[in-house]
Amino acid sequence: MPILTAHDIHKSFGGEEVLKGISVEVEKGGVLAVIGPSGSGKSTLLRCITQLETVDRGDIAICGETLVRTGKDGKAVYSDRAVCNRIALHVGLVFQNFNLFPHFSVLRNITEAPEHVLGRTKEQAEASAMKLLKKMDLSDKADAYPCRLSGGQQQRVSIARALAMNPDVLFFDEPTSALDPELTGEILKVIRGLAAERMTMVVVTHEMAFARDVADRVVFMADGVIVEQGPPEQVFGNTQSERTKAFLSRFHEN
Amino acid sequence: MNYSVLLSQMLGATLMTLRIFFVTLAFSLPLGLLVAVGRMTKVKAVNLPVRLYILLMRGTPLMLQLLFIFYGFKPIFGIQLDRVPAAEAAFVLNYAAYFAEIFRGGIAGIPRGQREAAKVLGFTRRQTFFRIVLPQVVKGILPPMSNEFITLVKDTSLAQVIGVVELLKITSDWVSSAVSMIPFAVAGVFYLVMNAAVTRCFTAAEKHYSYYR
Ligand SMILES: Nc1ncnc2c1ncn2[C@@H]1O[C@H](COP(=O)(O)OP(=O)(O)OP(=O)(O)O)[C@@H](O)[C@H]1O
Ligand SMILES: [Mg+2]
Repeated sequence: MPILTAHDIHKSFGGEEVLKGISVEVEKGGVLAVIGPSGSGKSTLLRCITQLETVDRGDIAICGETLVRTGKDGKAVYSDRAVCNRIALHVGLVFQNFNLFPHFSVLRNITEAPEHVLGRTKEQAEASAMKLLKKMDLSDKADAYPCRLSGGQQQRVSIARALAMNPDVLFFDEPTSALDPELTGEILKVIRGLAAERMTMVVVTHEMAFARDVADRVVFMADGVIVEQGPPEQVFGNTQSERTKAFLSRFHEN
Repeated sequence: MNYSVLLSQMLGATLMTLRIFFVTLAFSLPLGLLVAVGRMTKVKAVNLPVRLYILLMRGTPLMLQLLFIFYGFKPIFGIQLDRVPAAEAAFVLNYAAYFAEIFRGGIAGIPRGQREAAKVLGFTRRQTFFRIVLPQVVKGILPPMSNEFITLVKDTSLAQVIGVVELLKITSDWVSSAVSMIPFAVAGVFYLVMNAAVTRCFTAAEKHYSYYR
């Protein structure tokens, strides 16, 4: 059973249609890479699935529960609040610019939601946060404040923060784009590690080499539609559409 | 001029000044936060009256508001307000409007990503506001707040227009009866000391919040 199915998603901002019927599916343990030029709607798609935006039309189901479906009048019908909130707990999102809480220590950034959303005790939350920090190689930074960390360290904290909620699927919106080139490697390594543990993930990325060897499916989006999708060998090795070829060729050059 | 009587009367009146100061803060800060939230909702039935209230409070003299509340309460509500509660009510209503605008600016200054991160983690809107947004707002609004607090210390002297005997009222009574400028100088020192204390508190608060950028 797929963990995520999104079918025929439409989304407009002030009359301009940004998503024009997007359908994606992610199996448990799968890693989907979403690539495409700037403005093609990749972030918007992630934001619709993570409930930061509402869709105009389309169906989304996560872990077998329906978030939204298309009603008879062709408009989106969202499930009631309780269901939406429950579904929200299945998903995690890692932002391009981290969005850590600057007034909390690293540890508290990670424990705050498990404690106050999931109702864990402080001890439970801190114990699992320390495990995650160890995994992120940040054990010595538990008491530091985010402003004292490098971008790569901040992004690893934000991944730990998302993982602390035990999501069934984790979304990444260009997790390395705000980092200096020499810091992207440490984040990609973490995501590779999660893939090896069979974490279900959807990663929007401009790192083609990374998409190629970590993802088991690649989606190429342009102008709000999916132009091409398939296993990485096919999308990168045996590219069908001219649009995709043109996009990928820009990466081969440099 | 009997200096010990002068000083003890001025100290007594300073208690009234401090009372107005603290009562105003105790009520106008929470009210201001509420007004700020009302000002930011898109619900017109809330937003419009709140904007009108802020306009009235900031657009008319505080002295007029004091007079209006003290003399206008009886004809409108049929009860005579005492002088001090009337003064406090006027200060609370007036300062809440100013505080609301400061809170509003502070809340608007928190990056949208903070709310989004909180939402994705499953925090309710209430939790997001009180755990994530408000603590960060406090740090950002300390400088404009300290200005308002200092102004409030001085504004308390306006309460004398409705017969409240506060520091400046006692002082000017002494000046006219004793024909001496010394009470004015003493009052100036009193206000300075109070505002030096306010400034110290804000410096300490800013230092406390300097643990993060
Ligand atoms: N809140 C919004 N209001 C109006 N327009 C928006 C909004 N969010 C996105 N858009 C528009 O939607 C289009 C798609 O944006 P989106 O951020 O999803 O693209 P993207 O593929 O993530 O691009 P990038 O690679 O630059 O991150 C853009 O034209 C953008 O200007
Ligand atoms: Mg984007």
